Amino acid sequence: MLEIKNLHARIAEDGTEILRGVDLKVNAGEVHAIMGPNGSGKSTLSYILAGKSDYEVTEGEIIFHGENLLELEPDERAAAGVFLAFQYPIEIPGVATMEFLKTAMNAQRKAKGQAQLSIPDFMKLVKEKSKDLNVSMDMLKRPLNVGFSGGEKKRAEILQMSLLEPSLCVLDETDSGLDIDALRIVSEGVNKLRSPERAMVVITHYQRLLDHIIPDVVHVLSKGRIVKTGGKELALELEKNGYADYIEAA
Amino acid sequence: MTAPTQISHTQAESDLLARFDTAKGDLSGSTAVSDLRVAAAEQIKTKGLPHRRVEEYKYTDLRAYMKSAAPLAPKASAAEAKALADAENAYGELERFRIVVANGTYLAEVSDLEALAAEGVTVTDFAAALDQDTAADLLATPPSAGTDGVLALNTAFVQGGVVITVKEGADVSRPVELVHVSTAEGAIVTRNRINVAKGAKLKMLESFAGTTGTGETNVVFDYKIADNAEFATTRLVVGATEGARLLTTLATIGADAIFKILGFMAGPAFARNQQFVAFEGENSEAKLYGVSMARDRCLADQTLIIDHAVPHCNSREYFKTVLDDEARGVYQGRINVAQHAQKSDGEMMTQALLLSEGPEMANKPELEIFADDVLCAHGATSGQIDEDLLFYLRARGIPEAEARTLLVLAFLSEAIEEFEEEYVTDFLEQRVRDWLAGK
Amino acid sequence: MPAVQETIDQVKAIDVDQYKYGFVTDIESERGAKGLSEETVRFLSAKKGEPEWMTEWRLDALRRFNTMEEPDWARVSYPKIDFDELYYWASPKSVEGPKSLDEVDPELLATYEKLGIPLREQEILAGVEPKNRIAVDAVFDSVSVVTTFKKELAAAGVIFCSISEAIKEHPELVKKYLGSVVPVTDNYYATLNSAVFSDGSFVYIPEGVRCPMELSTYFRINEQNTGQFERTLIIAEKGSYVSYLEGCTAPQRDENQLHAAVVELVALDDAEIKYSTVQNWFPGDSEGKGGIYNFVTKRGDCRGKNSKISWTQVETGSAITWKYPSCILRGDNSVGEFYSIAVSNGYQQIDSGTKMIHLGKNTSSRIISKGISAGKSSNTYRGLVSAHRKASNARNFTQCDSLLIGQDCGAHTVPYIESKNASAVFEHEATTSKISDDQMFYCLQRGLDEEGAVALIVNGFVKDVIQQLPMEFAVEAQKLISISLEGSVG
Repeated sequence: MLEIKNLHARIAEDGTEILRGVDLKVNAGEVHAIMGPNGSGKSTLSYILAGKSDYEVTEGEIIFHGENLLELEPDERAAAGVFLAFQYPIEIPGVATMEFLKTAMNAQRKAKGQAQLSIPDFMKLVKEKSKDLNVSMDMLKRPLNVGFSGGEKKRAEILQMSLLEPSLCVLDETDSGLDIDALRIVSEGVNKLRSPERAMVVITHYQRLLDHIIPDVVHVLSKGRIVKTGGKELALELEKNGYADYIEAA
Repeated sequence: MTAPTQISHTQAESDLLARFDTAKGDLSGSTAVSDLRVAAAEQIKTKGLPHRRVEEYKYTDLRAYMKSAAPLAPKASAAEAKALADAENAYGELERFRIVVANGTYLAEVSDLEALAAEGVTVTDFAAALDQDTAADLLATPPSAGTDGVLALNTAFVQGGVVITVKEGADVSRPVELVHVSTAEGAIVTRNRINVAKGAKLKMLESFAGTTGTGETNVVFDYKIADNAEFATTRLVVGATEGARLLTTLATIGADAIFKILGFMAGPAFARNQQFVAFEGENSEAKLYGVSMARDRCLADQTLIIDHAVPHCNSREYFKTVLDDEARGVYQGRINVAQHAQKSDGEMMTQALLLSEGPEMANKPELEIFADDVLCAHGATSGQIDEDLLFYLRARGIPEAEARTLLVLAFLSEAIEEFEEEYVTDFLEQRVRDWLAGK
Repeated sequence: MPAVQETIDQVKAIDVDQYKYGFVTDIESERGAKGLSEETVRFLSAKKGEPEWMTEWRLDALRRFNTMEEPDWARVSYPKIDFDELYYWASPKSVEGPKSLDEVDPELLATYEKLGIPLREQEILAGVEPKNRIAVDAVFDSVSVVTTFKKELAAAGVIFCSISEAIKEHPELVKKYLGSVVPVTDNYYATLNSAVFSDGSFVYIPEGVRCPMELSTYFRINEQNTGQFERTLIIAEKGSYVSYLEGCTAPQRDENQLHAAVVELVALDDAEIKYSTVQNWFPGDSEGKGGIYNFVTKRGDCRGKNSKISWTQVETGSAITWKYPSCILRGDNSVGEFYSIAVSNGYQQIDSGTKMIHLGKNTSSRIISKGISAGKSSNTYRGLVSAHRKASNARNFTQCDSLLIGQDCGAHTVPYIESKNASAVFEHEATTSKISDDQMFYCLQRGLDEEGAVALIVNGFVKDVIQQLPMEFAVEAQKLISISLEGSVG
């Protein structure tokens, strides 16, 4: 489903090199974890997948469902099925969460040539999904992410993910800022979305998220390259021994 | 080194003085009113049109903008005025009463007088009122307006307008629309007095239809809000016009009363909405909101002074400006707190969003405080659309143009929604969308 | 917080007469003829032994001044100044240009000692950490009486002397930079200053040099009916750094005295200038009689890329203050800062603030202004922040807070915020408040008396700015603020 080949990227503004040849292949139904020390390029990779213009791809390609993802605008990528759960979800004063969800869902439906959702259908859908994630109606009436706690923001991200039904979910440090209970709710929400048609890339610094979302493949990213790939046991090894060896290796 | 007493007149100033000589015989008014008109014309003669060296017009140089001054618009036919007002239909299907002022003159025959009378609202001709002995009071200017040049122009040339009086305790069941129609090119100069008696409630809708050509539109809304009254008005100034739109609010607010206004401007080449609001009784509330949108080389100016002359009053001023191309936005706001106006609470916010590289925004939010036990604050920001917000929306699949519209709406909605007059929210948001779509 | 305790003690120790610098030095002095004319300017220029080009520069300024009108936009009011009734030159007789400390009139040294200004190098050296040394240029009426630590500074390549000396010794630098930041015709008082400036300080920091000690100038007006017109010029070459302090006092006199200074700062690439002022001119008596008219033009030009100019001011004195220390952010990535505390009491009038003119790319500025009004005073913040067309990514943050103590004072905020570049992001916040009854009660309940509580709360209010001052000045500034507010509660 997703194939990243020899991806090199730098910060557009000052030219700092971040990714130096990333190769990654993710098949439908798989969950890949990308782990690595701070500054290794994990978040950059997620932003490049979603198309943030702060970064410039200098070499390599990203093929998604047989299409060149790098040629698509951010909203086209979203419509094509890429969903990024932000590490720091953005606050948008003045835009009610509910309004935002409706706009986003209908925009994607329109891009896919589907009919717009009727208000009752939309409401029904939102209510159903919100319940699982313990998101209250009151929260949905508030402006998007404004005044949300860390846990509320992450739950709102997963709610959006479940409503938009992407084929590729990129979770950027979704565990950061969550306590144990919130982590459990969020992980359950994510696990519910696992399916043979859907792939996930879970970016995390710590192993604890992977206790809840069990990956099929674990990669170690260091200094802009994937330096080691293994099974879920690799995460446990990292937890025990740290990243030091891999920083050297890179 | 004394200042010259006689300035050299611009073409527009010469035109205005000639216009006064031609029109003064026809303009209504008692002797006292005529004296006021002559004094105002004298001010135009000696000081000229307001320009950038006058502090209040530092960013809004009317003298430089007005290349010439058109004659006053001729009298309109009622049928034509009605047709235009119907065609403009600024507030769509909203149920409302309507009062029509066309080419500067009140048209009773096409206004909903009977229905209004049943609600406790009387409407009379401002021009006729000017002939009364006590008419000078109708042209009084508040101290905070000083010798304002736009008000002087209004006093010199005022053709007519309406006096709307809501009787004590009346609760008018529908909003009242006051529409200014122009059926022919030419300047329109009107003044309207709105008296809201004790305990009465009134909601107004102000709109403008037709074109004045190069002629200026100079309209004064003079609101007298009595004790315990509640008043809200929406001022919609939209559509491209070449003639300057010069709108003035004068308001005095009694005790335990509420005064709310939202000034919405999108389109005119040169628009100034200036407001002078004064509290005269305690425990009252004034809320002033503004939305300005301008593109091309247009100028949108929102200027206000709010006088906390008595204790225990509360005022809020929230203004939003969206600019594109080479447009210029101006916000000048001042909260005055008089010496014994303790427990005054004033909060002012002005924010600008610049959509491209070309526009300019000037913000001047002032506080002038002479009492110690007060809570006053103001804030000002200006900047562009936040790229992170835009990316977040696009990452959720919303196309760029729509994402921008959504963000502009979100930016403006803070003012539109805070206004809390739900019956106009959709109309205003649609105007925002229209403007963004270039309509 | 020992500083607070000290403040409280200081407040208690204060006599009814709050201005402790109001004494007159009894010294024989010489004055020029009264009145403003070409003769006055020529006399003054000759007295200082200036070269021809300087005399011409002054005369040109005078001619321009004669065509100008007094400004009236600031929120201050005062009777019209009769420039023909003023003296433009006053000098202690014993002084003929800067001298070594040994030759300075002991009466003058005693004056500065009484003011707490360290002029004796050996005293400063004794038992004090070298980094705390301060070099001082002492200006008494129209002339610089002494400049300390000149030799040591010279060893580092730093030039620190009176402007009169610089005109003679370093004419190429003076010619190049004088009037390049504040043009001769910039404003009424700057033009007047250009014609008749008497003395002031000159600082030149060569490329790459970090000035080894704090530099400071101490201004003292002593004579009657004398205007003081000093001129300061500071040039920081590429990659250099200097911190400069300025202090001012004057005797208590019944008539108003005019002080119209001009300060010009030039920071080239990667240079930084930090300029701190503690202004404590005589504010007038409790009836509003007398006091200094402090009409000052201060401007810094961040001419080079990555340069930085930071103004910090504590304004407690003067009957009228009219000053707007400003930054022209010309170089890309340059930074301007303005930190201000303005305290007004009695009948004082303050109209002060700053201008941040963003011209270069990625320039940023920060304004923190704290105004405290008490008595029957009026305190206005007036500021301009502007981004020009090419100032992409300009950033400004402004915070203006006013505190009112008592019912007869006024606090005003007049900011002008002009953005001509869409990528410029400006944020401005302002508040006005009083010391709340709850805060007072809490302090009293914890055992502070009323004045102690006010001092504590006011110190909290101004803390952001005080932190910007060099340590010695910070303590002095806190004391001054409390003294200025003496008698304002109850």
